Amino acid sequence: MRRADRNGAWPAWMREQAGRTADPALAGFYAAFNLTPSQAISDTPLVALDLETSGLDPRRNAILSIGILPFTLDRIRLADRRYWLLRPPAGFSGHSVAYHHITHAEIEQAPDFATVLPELLEALAGRLPVVHYHPIEREFLARAVRQRLGEDWRFPLIDTMVLESQQVRHGLKSRMRALLGRPPASIRLADSRARYGLPAYEGHQAVLDALATAELLQAQIQHHHSRSSGIGELWL
Amino acid sequence: MNMDPELLEIRRHLSQYPPFDALSDAHLDAIVEQLEVAYHRAGSQILAAGSPITALHYIRSGAVEIYRRSGDLYDRLGEGGTFGHYGLLRGRRIHYPAVALEDTLLYLIPAELFDQLCEEDNDFADFMELGRSRPENVTAAGERSGHLMTTRVRRLVTRPPLIAEAPETARSVAARLADEPLAAVLVVEAQGDDPRYTYADSSGALWQVRGILTDADFRHRIVAQGRSVDTPVGDIVSDPLIAVQSDETVQEALLAMLRHNVHHLAIVHRRRPMGLIRMEDVVRFETQSSLYLIDSIFSQDTVAGLASLLPEIRASAVRMIRNGADSRTIGTALSAIGRSVARRLLEIAETELGPPPVPYAFMAMGSMARDEQTLVTDQDNALVLDNAFDPVRHDAYFLALAERVSDGLDTCGYAHCKGGIMATNAQWRQPLAVWERYFRSWIEAPTPERLLHSNIFFDLDNVHGEERLVETLQDLVATEAGRSKAFLAAMARNALNRTPPIGFFRDFVMEKDGRHNNSINVKRRGTAPLTDLIRIHALACGSRAQNSFERLNDIAETQLLGPGVPEKLRFALETLSLTRLEHQALDIEQERAPDNNIEPENVPDKERTELKEAFRALSHAQKFLRFRYPMPTVRGTRSGRE
Repeated sequence: MRRADRNGAWPAWMREQAGRTADPALAGFYAAFNLTPSQAISDTPLVALDLETSGLDPRRNAILSIGILPFTLDRIRLADRRYWLLRPPAGFSGHSVAYHHITHAEIEQAPDFATVLPELLEALAGRLPVVHYHPIEREFLARAVRQRLGEDWRFPLIDTMVLESQQVRHGLKSRMRALLGRPPASIRLADSRARYGLPAYEGHQAVLDALATAELLQAQIQHHHSRSSGIGELWL
Repeated sequence: MNMDPELLEIRRHLSQYPPFDALSDAHLDAIVEQLEVAYHRAGSQILAAGSPITALHYIRSGAVEIYRRSGDLYDRLGEGGTFGHYGLLRGRRIHYPAVALEDTLLYLIPAELFDQLCEEDNDFADFMELGRSRPENVTAAGERSGHLMTTRVRRLVTRPPLIAEAPETARSVAARLADEPLAAVLVVEAQGDDPRYTYADSSGALWQVRGILTDADFRHRIVAQGRSVDTPVGDIVSDPLIAVQSDETVQEALLAMLRHNVHHLAIVHRRRPMGLIRMEDVVRFETQSSLYLIDSIFSQDTVAGLASLLPEIRASAVRMIRNGADSRTIGTALSAIGRSVARRLLEIAETELGPPPVPYAFMAMGSMARDEQTLVTDQDNALVLDNAFDPVRHDAYFLALAERVSDGLDTCGYAHCKGGIMATNAQWRQPLAVWERYFRSWIEAPTPERLLHSNIFFDLDNVHGEERLVETLQDLVATEAGRSKAFLAAMARNALNRTPPIGFFRDFVMEKDGRHNNSINVKRRGTAPLTDLIRIHALACGSRAQNSFERLNDIAETQLLGPGVPEKLRFALETLSLTRLEHQALDIEQERAPDNNIEPENVPDKERTELKEAFRALSHAQKFLRFRYPMPTVRGTRSGRE
């Protein structure tokens, strides 16, 4: 299946899942999905999503916190932000990881992922998630759901890192850089933001990173796409 | 509720910029909670005229240009700037369209919250109403009003300077200059003996900067003088180098150009040259056309030509006042213009009378020397002549020179001095040695008449001619006036003769001279006694500054006044000066002759309150002056040295 076909197939796949899942919260999430590939990005409710994890391997590391920030191409409302601190399951590394803003006591008192999942699903419902570097969010969330509900959880999303790589890694300029033996331009969140004149935010708290990602998407669409770009061209 | 850590970043940014820097924590938290964020690519329209406006716009990063409806640029804002308040306050429609000059990230404060803030915080409301903070916060006001005053001059430097070594020929340098947009080159030499101009280049070699050579120099010093194109540039460059530090403000750079009457300036970091800037660069940077006036002044060849610039001078001053410039910017600009007019008149007179028989300095006193001129000003000037001056042989020349300049100034709107403080008066047209004697006698034996002279002559600055003559007198004042307690006490008593118009119930007391019923002379009752008072404290602490704000800076570095007092006086001076200027602007706009009188009932309530506060601050400061320099007792025992 070519990428365009697969991406075009997301609505049908989501509908199918709505009928298949045994979990009412997941069913509600799938059923609320009403986005079509041809609809303009400017008309689409978006939600920036960022996970903090104890490492990069979903089999051994756990989700420490989740930050989300609903937004549109025109506005990001800070008041709509949500944040959950999670207690990693026993046996997962995470306790050893020092995050400067999270204390051990806070983690001990935090709920398990299963407890916050219904709220998370409700906050994401009907919106198109936007992340920077999607393998983290997609794989950690899929694994966390499989462990608790025994089901898969997948959904279409926009990855600002993929959009950025299309700009800086596939153009003539990047081929010139490669020819000259220079390292490719960095597409990390902070470096990508700097290319659009976005300020450097200090700290890596999940909501702040979600805000940083939302701002980056607004900038990327204005610079390289258009308000009327169909979301089917952008989602993965 | 504790602020979430993720939002502290945003809160910290807001809290650095006025008016948010003065908000309560609770209000700041409320803003951050309700903030919306939006990105605008460079060149995109942010606000379109006539559309509804729903939020106050705050620039988190980037730059925005605000336009008038006519399409003229109104303002250019950078990080921390706010816009949209005008429309929020007036009908919720956009009055001034806004366009992103750079890629810009905006924080939007919803209209309902904006209303609440205006309701609950007077300073915030003032800032939004006036487009500036209360004058008490002079630095913050300055930051918003003129970027000339806050932008560092290095921003105007676009490229490293073209450098030529002194032995290089004019022909070779001219060829290199052909492709140089700045049309100027910095001339250096390998061995020099002046450490002030010596720097090490990137390879560690030592160079001494000689000066700047412009394409005009090639015309004037090679072509016009018929010299060989093989002349080394070291022979034609003019010393000394005029330079400013890269972290000085654009305004300082402009003042340096005006003061030395040059069009090019070297920008140095410590002593290493970073680049050259031209007058044009500054003028282009600051859209105020008042700066073009300086150029038109120097291109006039007749008194009538100079006088024809008067309406333009006034119009540009009114524009600055209306655009919210602070009093120091306006005072400096008007003084620079006045100085240029006087200098041009002297040049014209010298052309007609021939070169002066002995060196001289034409000095200005009073507001021009202090860089505090307003739109109502008369001339106070004098001639300091070289000690080689012989009245019999030379005075006819200098009398003719003085008359031409003094009458010329009168024609150009700087009225003859009623007190006769002009170089046309033989008493004020004397060699340096006589001036030194004058100054010493005024300090040593202050009589009422001499005190009046001290008040006028101790604000002095060179306008044209030999700077050293005036500097000698400035040094004398700075070193000797402050040492004499009796002199300072006499000056203090004199300064207390004029009191602010604050009545028993803290209401205004009007002038009772019959002509100006219900009015207050802001100069006589406000700025003049205040500058007198500041002068005394400045003399007491040995300050060499002439400008009252600079004097206050010097005073603040000592413990002479209590903590916070210099700031209060700064606020009072700014308020009184701006009120005076704004009323003069109003007079001109309504085609009346500008004067120093204001009618309190024509002053909006908010400004009335500030004006009263300013007069009150002056009144307190006078009380302190009376306490510090007590009146001598009848027996005179307490008037001696301490």
